[in-house]
Amino acid sequence: MQMPKPDAMVLDRKAAIVAALQEVLPKDAVIHDAFETKAYECDGLTAYKCPPLAAGLPASTEEVAAVMKVCHRMGVPVVPRGSGTSLAGGALPTADSVILGVARMNDVLETNYADRMIRVQTGRTNLSVTGAVEEDGFFYAPDPSSQLACAIAGNIAMNSGGAHCLKYGVTTNNLLGVTMVTMEGEVIEIGGAHLDPAGLDLLGVICGSEGQLGVVTEATLRILPKPEGARPVLMAFNSNEVAGACVSDIIKSGILPVAIEFMDRPCIEACEAFAKAGYPMCEALLIVEVEGSDMEIDAQLAQIMDIAARHNPVEMREAKDADEAGRIWLGRKSAFGAMGQINDYMCLDGTIPVSALPEVLRRIKQMSAEYGLDVANVFHAGDGNMHPLILFDANKPGDLELCEAFGADILRLCVEVGGCLTGEHGVGVEKRDLMSDQFAPADLEAQMRVKDVFDPKWLLNPAKVFPLDVSEERRAG
Amino acid sequence: MLRPETEAELAEIVRGAEGPLSIYGGGTRKVGEAAGQVLRTTGLSGISLYEPGALTLVAGAGTPLAEVEAALAQEGQALAFEPPDMSGLLGGSEPKAEGWGASTIGGVIAANASGPRRIQAGAARDFALGVRFVDGSGEVIKNGGRVMKNVTGYDLVKLMCGSHGTLGVLTEVSLKVLPAPKASACVLIDGLNVAEAVEVMSKALGSPFEVTGAAHAPKGVDGHPVTMLRVEGFEEQARYRATRLAELVGQAARIEDDPAKVQKGWAWVRDVAPLQEGPGDIWRVSVKPSDAPELVKRLGEEFEVGLLDWGGGLVWVRCPMGLDLRVDMTVPGHATRVRGKSETPAFHPSEPGVARLEAGLRAKFDPRGILNTGLMG
Repeated sequence: MQMPKPDAMVLDRKAAIVAALQEVLPKDAVIHDAFETKAYECDGLTAYKCPPLAAGLPASTEEVAAVMKVCHRMGVPVVPRGSGTSLAGGALPTADSVILGVARMNDVLETNYADRMIRVQTGRTNLSVTGAVEEDGFFYAPDPSSQLACAIAGNIAMNSGGAHCLKYGVTTNNLLGVTMVTMEGEVIEIGGAHLDPAGLDLLGVICGSEGQLGVVTEATLRILPKPEGARPVLMAFNSNEVAGACVSDIIKSGILPVAIEFMDRPCIEACEAFAKAGYPMCEALLIVEVEGSDMEIDAQLAQIMDIAARHNPVEMREAKDADEAGRIWLGRKSAFGAMGQINDYMCLDGTIPVSALPEVLRRIKQMSAEYGLDVANVFHAGDGNMHPLILFDANKPGDLELCEAFGADILRLCVEVGGCLTGEHGVGVEKRDLMSDQFAPADLEAQMRVKDVFDPKWLLNPAKVFPLDVSEERRAG
Repeated sequence: MLRPETEAELAEIVRGAEGPLSIYGGGTRKVGEAAGQVLRTTGLSGISLYEPGALTLVAGAGTPLAEVEAALAQEGQALAFEPPDMSGLLGGSEPKAEGWGASTIGGVIAANASGPRRIQAGAARDFALGVRFVDGSGEVIKNGGRVMKNVTGYDLVKLMCGSHGTLGVLTEVSLKVLPAPKASACVLIDGLNVAEAVEVMSKALGSPFEVTGAAHAPKGVDGHPVTMLRVEGFEEQARYRATRLAELVGQAARIEDDPAKVQKGWAWVRDVAPLQEGPGDIWRVSVKPSDAPELVKRLGEEFEVGLLDWGGGLVWVRCPMGLDLRVDMTVPGHATRVRGKSETPAFHPSEPGVARLEAGLRAKFDPRGILNTGLMG
């Protein structure tokens, strides 16, 4: 993976840039010591590292605007950062960039149950948004698996999803408004507590723009009343095809489960070894969860098990209470930890049409043999969002490169069958150079035009999302 | 009138256009005026892919909405955002505008047209998975796709939704669809004023019973105020939810579970039936639900509030021709004049910072300014 060569003019002026930042931020909010900036050298995609020139940690929208003005004036690239949990390298710095971290901005600004909304500063973590309203019976729906740590700012930048988005949608479906600072340092308000925009849907394009259009400092989020209850059923099958057909039949039947999770044999084995959840050994395992009152849950689970029974399951386990529900989820929720125990792994995030599931799993298996690297599949089956985990050995020379090549092939396969490169993690640097496999030049040009409008000098997170050669002229200014 | 049969032909027309084009689907939900040669998308018609098991449908932009809805109904599915039929409200004037016909799916997306279920399920824009469109230079562009979770690159799908043909001419849309509810029921409360109604609706929408419609008509079909709450699900579920909801909102509530009546009642809300008859301008105002009583209080006597949908967040108002509702609007939100002509723009003017970005986007996507010129600013 390549990053652009740092701008020598910027590197040379480090002292002046730091001084200018110190003029607009408190002393402890400007990190510039070469040892301390290492804390910002990478995000959740730890394979790539590069300490930034400096990091600014503003505590208010005004301070963010001031930092942006300094960087704009001095021609310094800015890399926005929430909690730094991106799996795609969305917050990876370049040596000539200033990291703009919103971690100090984590207040709840307004809670309004009558209108079912909450307004927060975007450094607040995803889970603590729910934490602020759950005693009153509400929750914030998007639930990425990093929700304990990840910030709303990053959720908005990547349009984060989660396990429950089949029913509740992803970030963009739960975002009502933002306060955003442009690269020029202008503060603009988009949307609000009312629904749907007056003019163009700028909110829709800002959400998922990976911090390339502006820095979102405050967000108005939709909160929902908590369901009366939720319970899963676990179903084991002897082949991926059969499990896939079962998912399709459940959806066609008219039930909308809140989550449908799929695990294949390598994943089940790893989770068993790690978490000892007592999963049946089989080729494919489904966990389907439904919500409502006890009566509603019983009726829906009965219907789901009726459908599953027609597909000759090896085993079915219906959770009768919270304890049993917890045990069913235990293995799935420890899947990533279990994989980490075995080996280094790379987590992919392509989406495929649900109907292509058997074919895609078959071809991943073939490729796995060809590359000589094992793969385990965890899958949000209801919405086609796959998470193949490729196992490799980071200490073995060449293994990372091999793993990356294999990953790229899997993602190309996702595109080939009608899907896409990334369902919820974002493009970042990780999938940047594969964008031309999904989009024609005119499609990428159209997206880059949007950035031209918001950030004419291409200073905001510039080396992400678009293949370097495609964006080169624009980045050169 | 131009009516291309293929995307390539449409692109050719836009590339070769020497003056402004006025973009039409069926012309049933046209807001504001944009002069120019009429370009209709109705030649780009047909469902090209429908996978009920994956909840996705792809269709040409000119495909009649009715055709899409019929195909979905066959599989027990539906467009969850419940697109309204605006022809009753907007079609009253003669002569009929050129391009008039049947609502198209492209028009629904271009107008981001959503009905009562928007408050719970989301808007048209929340169900749009992908688009193909021709920009103002005649370039064919695709964005999004046909899968439900997709964060690959910028979301131009949302940008196209509700852009009313000002950034490009849609040629194809792909949609997320949902199972149609098997049963529904309505909890009705009579005689509330607007403030009381909004309070009741908020309480209902804050309950776990998945209220999929919350509307208030100051004058119901019998001339008296009525507040309507809808719940859905399988039969037992709809009944359970209606019962619990009626308990929650109080003794005066009654339950209507005759499917035909429930369906008719919500079509009445969806299509803004209370304001269909009679002359005057029609305004559609989006506010925070709890601001609705203040909005209604501030409006002068010449403004008739026909309906509050979305728990109070969507207010439909009629007034004599040429009056500017925005003058009396003291709460945040926006007002669109969906029917009527005057000096005041039909679309709510954006704040300067936002307007600058919007103008910048229009200049990039339609550099010659030929697509529905001036419609949105």
